[in-house]
Amino acid sequence: MMGAGHDACSIPPPASRASGGEGGERSEPGGGLAGNQRSVISDQRPTDILITVSWPLIPVHPPPLTPPRHSLRKWGEGNPHTVRHSAFFAAAAFFIIVCCLNALAAEIPQNDRRSGTAFMTRETQAMQEDDRANPGMLAVLDGEALWNDAPPGAKSCAGCHGDASTSMKGVAARYPAFDEARGRPIDLEQRINLCRTEHQHAPPLGWETRELNALTAYVANQSRGMPITAGTDERSRPFVEAGRALFNRRQGQLDLSCAQCHDDNWGKRLAGSTIPQAHPTGYPEYRLEWQSIGSLQRRLRSCTFGVRAEPLAYGAPEQVDLELYLMWRARGMPLETPAVRP
Amino acid sequence: MTQALVNVPAKAKRGEVIEIKTLISHPMETGYRHDTNGKPIPRDIIHTFVARYNGEEVFRGDLHPAIAANPFITFFTVATESGVIELTWTQDHGDPVTQKANITVE
Repeated sequence: MMGAGHDACSIPPPASRASGGEGGERSEPGGGLAGNQRSVISDQRPTDILITVSWPLIPVHPPPLTPPRHSLRKWGEGNPHTVRHSAFFAAAAFFIIVCCLNALAAEIPQNDRRSGTAFMTRETQAMQEDDRANPGMLAVLDGEALWNDAPPGAKSCAGCHGDASTSMKGVAARYPAFDEARGRPIDLEQRINLCRTEHQHAPPLGWETRELNALTAYVANQSRGMPITAGTDERSRPFVEAGRALFNRRQGQLDLSCAQCHDDNWGKRLAGSTIPQAHPTGYPEYRLEWQSIGSLQRRLRSCTFGVRAEPLAYGAPEQVDLELYLMWRARGMPLETPAVRP
Repeated sequence: MTQALVNVPAKAKRGEVIEIKTLISHPMETGYRHDTNGKPIPRDIIHTFVARYNGEEVFRGDLHPAIAANPFITFFTVATESGVIELTWTQDHGDPVTQKANITVE
């Protein structure tokens, strides 16, 4: 669950200098206290930074990670380092406790789950709630036009599906959904493009194009207020687990997993922004930062850039697994498309 | 493509203060950005917004490049008599756009 980084939990902090990231070694060749603090920050989950409180109590040259056998034998036999060592072991014990607490704190309890809306200012919430002020509604209306618009020589979406307000009601709440033919889940954008290529014989719409986002927003808008059910079926289960593994995997130059922000530190601030809980309840959503509507995959790629990892390609199976896991996390929460986010 | 969402109350009492909301679909390209080849992207913004109530101008605004895409313009006016509220915006590229909404004053 915690990934490789958490193996470090079983050993006291100075170990991270010996076994930890090469980056730390390169940038702090001299070692010393600054080096220890640095490696503590880079190798532990953010909540473990607590440990730095106890570190300055330890002399500038802390004892080696695994005290040599002879020093253990001498412990309590008038060794002048006894006081120093007991401080060291107290810190180590404290550290292990912190690690255990983290292990327990992993996933957000059902009752503490909140939509990203809850973390926004009242003004942005008002913008989302008022359909005449929500800029995402422009995309929904564009999507409605596209729904009724037939590509040359083919039926329109409405030609087969009829009135979206009945035929598409509840559909977005169960996506990404398992696709029999592909043997894996696909998201709503992929479903729309499959419909285009297989039934309308039209070229697929590009990722993040106005058209694809608009159609997706229109379809998803039909399920507004309905509880999310994605990932709750048995066949999706392994893919939910794959997404969960990805969510908990450290990545990028910052060596952070999604969970370290969105499970462990939600509600706190990352620079000027509140860290939400990663419940994708309103996609495609209008981000004021983007000045446009965008998909969940776009958002995931932004986060990946944020930890300085190589972003996954649009439509990559891993992206969809992650989308599926996030929707499963938000199961039972009402869909808000088109949401407005800061 | 949708051009705008205009919200004018269909009915109002005489003398009532009413709110008129306009959400316009527009890129509001600043003119300060460059494309991937380094070529400047020409400015394309809505620069003037005018509201007329039965032909009389009741609100006017000048917009500048710092306004975000899809501008939302809202203002208040007093419902005097039944008629038409006409909202017109002028942009760098393309013709001015006018949207009309009827209001009944009792």
